[in-house]
Amino acid sequence: MSNSQNLIPQCPAALAAALRVVPLAPLSLSLTVFSRKIAKNHPDLFQRLGEHSRTAFVLDPTDLPIVLCLDPNDGMPKVKLTRGRGTGAARISGPLAALIGLVHGAFDGDALFFSRDLVIEGDTGAALALRNAIDDAELDLSHEAAALSGPFARPVQRLIALAERQTGLCLTRPEDVAIW
Amino acid sequence: MVMEIVCPAGTPAALRAAVKAGAHTVYCGFNDETNARNFPGLNFNRNEMRAGIAFAHEHGSKVLVAINTFPRAGDEAIWQRAIGDAEICGADAVILADPGLLDYATRTHPRLRRHLSVQAAAANADVINFYAETFGVKRVVLPRVLSVPEIAAINSETDVETEVFVFGGLCVMAEGRCSMSSYATGLSPNMNGVCSPASHVEYREDQGVLDARLGGYLIHRVERGEPAPYPTLCKGCFSAGEKAGHLFEDPVSLNAEKLIPQLQKAGVTALKIEGRQRSKSYVAQVVRNFRMAVDALDAGRPMPEGMLARLSEGQAMTTGAYKKTWR
Ligand code: SF4
Repeated sequence: MSNSQNLIPQCPAALAAALRVVPLAPLSLSLTVFSRKIAKNHPDLFQRLGEHSRTAFVLDPTDLPIVLCLDPNDGMPKVKLTRGRGTGAARISGPLAALIGLVHGAFDGDALFFSRDLVIEGDTGAALALRNAIDDAELDLSHEAAALSGPFARPVQRLIALAERQTGLCLTRPEDVAIW
Repeated sequence: MVMEIVCPAGTPAALRAAVKAGAHTVYCGFNDETNARNFPGLNFNRNEMRAGIAFAHEHGSKVLVAINTFPRAGDEAIWQRAIGDAEICGADAVILADPGLLDYATRTHPRLRRHLSVQAAAANADVINFYAETFGVKRVVLPRVLSVPEIAAINSETDVETEVFVFGGLCVMAEGRCSMSSYATGLSPNMNGVCSPASHVEYREDQGVLDARLGGYLIHRVERGEPAPYPTLCKGCFSAGEKAGHLFEDPVSLNAEKLIPQLQKAGVTALKIEGRQRSKSYVAQVVRNFRMAVDALDAGRPMPEGMLARLSEGQAMTTGAYKKTWR
């Protein structure tokens, strides 16, 4: 097994179990709203996709029973969670912690790919464009979520910090120097 | 004088990271076929370039703009516009390979400093001096086919500054002259800025065995637990006659950190890091380490050793042609 596998935390079994039963439509809707907020705050992210700004991506957290289908839709993204394999031109699979860690720059995408913790199928060019766009956007999902929560921003951030400590998932963007 | 570290940046975020990590100089390109790393999602539009250069200048770093592919007949204006825009954006120099483009830059943008790209494959003092006399080239990026004594010989016969690659992927052919990617995909680094482009790459995994294809050709097959390969043509596995294996080159990456003192003695001005396609955290780590190394050398302290091994993703490291044991 790869080296990085040892360092990538496994997603909590309770989350996987919950996602086996909860209805996915409301979650998909919330994630669509969330992704549109991100698109508004980071227009460069979707511009950077260039010719792939309408390519359908499947993000497959291999330790969860769902996949996330992302249609960038020229900067008006749509997200759909589904319990099958999902359909899309490019599929990126790996543990949830690796996928989120990649967004937050906690892991190097190439290192995850070479170690086979991350698997790319389908349109490799599109997957590469998404990787590069995300690397440039310097997203902090907890920040974005807090900003969306209005008066509840503080408690939401505290909740995320607690979840981060409990699960070991990298839910916020670490300080650059800490990574380097 | 401390040796100059020249770092890659594929995105504005990588540029800022390289500058903050201590890069003296950053090189990057526009998001089109005018530069030799025309990858999806990479590079700078005009506004990003202007802002990136301003950021670098505020922090005391320089920015070089690579316009180092060869213009297509009838479309020269795309490359010429890139030169003009680089100057407007405030670039400290442009890195060019095509003699026609060098001539254009010399005539129309005389104040814009010109560097000769590795893509020009200038590998002896005569040709370097020709570029200097004809086009006012101030620096040459040497191809990765020269040994340290050969570099020293070049420096003794020219006043043009020399810049050499010290870390990252290796291009085994004399740069600007390899057409292997064209045969498999119709696209080459020289004309389109891509070698073995991702748009033509296909991975298929079956029961742990991973196939990597380029343009439909199987270039690599690895077993479960082995690192995933990128199907760069010269690093692929081929069978020819009785033999099968890495016929052109083993998939090794360059690390000449131990040779920095020798390169300095050979008269090299600047050390170049390959990898505009790499993530910003990778770029920052490599920059930080090389900056520490040249600062230590300048201060007469022992150089930190083996600092970059963990960044090679398990790939073997080589000192390439600088120590020509393989010839
Ligand atoms: S095939 Fe290899 S030698 Fe040829 S351009 Fe590509 S990386 Fe360089």
